[in-house]
Amino acid sequence: MEKNENSKSSRRNFLRNVGIGVGAVSVTGVAGANLLSRNEASTKSGKMVKLLSPDGSLVEVDQSDIKPAKEIQSEVKSAAKSGLPNRKFAMVVDLSKCANARACVDACQEGHLLPKDHEWMKIYMLQDDNLTAKYWFPRPCFHCDKPMCVSVCPVGATYKRPDGIVLVDNQRCIGCKFCMTGCPYSARVFNWKDPEVEVPEGHVYDPETNIPPVEGTVGKCVFCADKLRNGELPRCVSACPMGVLYFGDLLEDTVTNGVETVRFSKLMTDRAGYRYKEELGTLPCVYYLPPSNREFPVETGLDGVDESISGRYRNVGPR
Amino acid sequence: METDKKLIADLTPEIETTSIKWYITFFVLLAVFVVGIYGLIQQIDKGHIVTGMRDNVVWGFYIVNFIFFMGLSYSGALISGVLHLFHTSWRKPIIRMAELITVISLIIGPFFIFFCIGRLDRLHFLFIHPRIQSPITWDVIAILTDLFGCFIYLYLSFIEDFAILRDYPYLNVAPWKKKLYRILSLGFTGTEKQRKILANARTVMAAMIIAIAIIVYSVLAWIFGVTLQPGWHSTIFGPYFVIAAVFSGTGLLIILMWIFRRVYHLEEYITKRHFVNVGVLLTIIAAFYGYFTFSDYLTKWYGSIKMDSILIDRLFTDYYSMFIFANYVGILLPGIIIAFPKFRSIPSITVAAMIALTALWVNRYIIVIPTLETPFLPIQDIRPDWISYSPTWVEWSLTLAGVSVFVMLFMLISKIAPIISISEMQEEDKTEILH
Repeated sequence: MEKNENSKSSRRNFLRNVGIGVGAVSVTGVAGANLLSRNEASTKSGKMVKLLSPDGSLVEVDQSDIKPAKEIQSEVKSAAKSGLPNRKFAMVVDLSKCANARACVDACQEGHLLPKDHEWMKIYMLQDDNLTAKYWFPRPCFHCDKPMCVSVCPVGATYKRPDGIVLVDNQRCIGCKFCMTGCPYSARVFNWKDPEVEVPEGHVYDPETNIPPVEGTVGKCVFCADKLRNGELPRCVSACPMGVLYFGDLLEDTVTNGVETVRFSKLMTDRAGYRYKEELGTLPCVYYLPPSNREFPVETGLDGVDESISGRYRNVGPR
Repeated sequence: METDKKLIADLTPEIETTSIKWYITFFVLLAVFVVGIYGLIQQIDKGHIVTGMRDNVVWGFYIVNFIFFMGLSYSGALISGVLHLFHTSWRKPIIRMAELITVISLIIGPFFIFFCIGRLDRLHFLFIHPRIQSPITWDVIAILTDLFGCFIYLYLSFIEDFAILRDYPYLNVAPWKKKLYRILSLGFTGTEKQRKILANARTVMAAMIIAIAIIVYSVLAWIFGVTLQPGWHSTIFGPYFVIAAVFSGTGLLIILMWIFRRVYHLEEYITKRHFVNVGVLLTIIAAFYGYFTFSDYLTKWYGSIKMDSILIDRLFTDYYSMFIFANYVGILLPGIIIAFPKFRSIPSITVAAMIALTALWVNRYIIVIPTLETPFLPIQDIRPDWISYSPTWVEWSLTLAGVSVFVMLFMLISKIAPIISISEMQEEDKTEILH
């Protein structure tokens, strides 16, 4: 699905590429300055690399002198704001396959260094009515096209990108929690205490991963925007052993669960795809396939699950 | 000038001397305040985990208190503005209190929002990165406008009094207070021209703060009304909040009248007539308020919308006693006590006002909390504090601190300014108030 990734490479990726140094056509001011002002002795590799300096002249430096350019916070943020061009991301959740394996939740928490009680992806067990069946219902952020959370944010900390992704900048968020009351899907979590997450030295905060979570701010599913940038699938999609989650691009009309790749429109037609609470008019980018012809009985999802998880579903009833 | 002397002595009981009672009360309140500060320090240090708020109920006591205090403020503005504009003859001894309620609760209210915000250090982002789409931004603009307007309105009403105190030769106060009166009276000497300008300014401001109060409290209601949440998403919320605010403010005014009358021996100025008049006002407002409450819940209950039904169910089970107290007892009982002349006495009207005020706070609570406990997707959790909200000592301590600051500010103002407007009372025909 990400065939054209190279041509869509952002400035940020580009900076990374400069770090590698091969085939670079320009060096940013900061990186260049660091490069040229180095005067401490170091072991030279003897291998010279040609680079273009900021003033446009071709220079040659020893390869061992080249260090990856430090990611610049403002660059990272502006890339995270503009998103990926010519994309419209969407997710399809096949409810007939979900058996509460929770691999998506674990992968998400691991990938985003979330505390255990923070679930960006949450698995509900729903029952619509007494006479209808229970079913498992994984709920990521719906990345709505008319996102209430974005409308109500007083400082622009949460925003909608042209590629459809809704992100939170936790360096801007003031923690008023209005977005949490605004979201009808309970998709947002608040950092009630210091999450005590260790990040590697020199880590630059990127709203695309929202690492590290910050006390007093709001976090939520980011559709793994960082993975998408590298042409990979979101963590939950790759992790799901049942192939419940499909991810793709509406402009390409294609979604994949990592095993099979299908036409989005055909999937919607064949399987009667729908969106949760369509009547609220928030226009989610997450579609559901009804839990018909199920591959597992719903109770399978409770087998071998820790009490702290299975306890959640003890009183599930029609709602 | 004998009247003046008596008036000034009666209406400025705390300016010249400080009674031992004043000190004791003040230090008790200060202690309550200090406990609140300790709670706040805990909250800043350990994070909002020390409160009862969790991911579903993200707004708790703080927001309830915020709406409550802002409501008191707007109603103070409305009451004093309306009484002023209509030249109600009996308003004079009590209008100053209504004005003080306005300004003092307007100072306290926003602090509860600050307590609720996760990153207090980023508060200025509201001004440097504002987004006009957000009702919170509307609220920031509205509250600042209101604060400005109310301060001007209150100050205008003080100018004449400061001039009287400045010119009063027998006033035995510290030189800094004399100096303060001289500065604050802005050279007012009571010439015909000055009186005319001041009277016009006060009338204009009275009209303006009525409009501002209505708009501003509606904006606050819309913070809830614009969301999609069951129980909040209601077109009636703007006017409903405004009327509820006036209800609470009128109740508070009666309570303060009772306290002031007792503490400062103002029996001569604040009479049963004032209690009855404000009480009748409270009853009329209670009728409107009850009507709005009924309309709002009836439409939710009668229809079959699933989320509304779940919410109403919860209100009539988990919140049954609170619901009955807030929306039946708190509205009907004050009305009954005041509506029948034989039940009317100063203590009974005061008790009615206390019931009304408490019930209104509970009403705010059951507007905010049950809705948050009833999200569209059911709460599936095993942690009790994630499922239902209960406030912790931190929230209680800050709530009580808010109340204590309210009283302390009243006490501090009584040290420098008359608690009843001297200038208004001079104009008042003494025989009329004593009737």
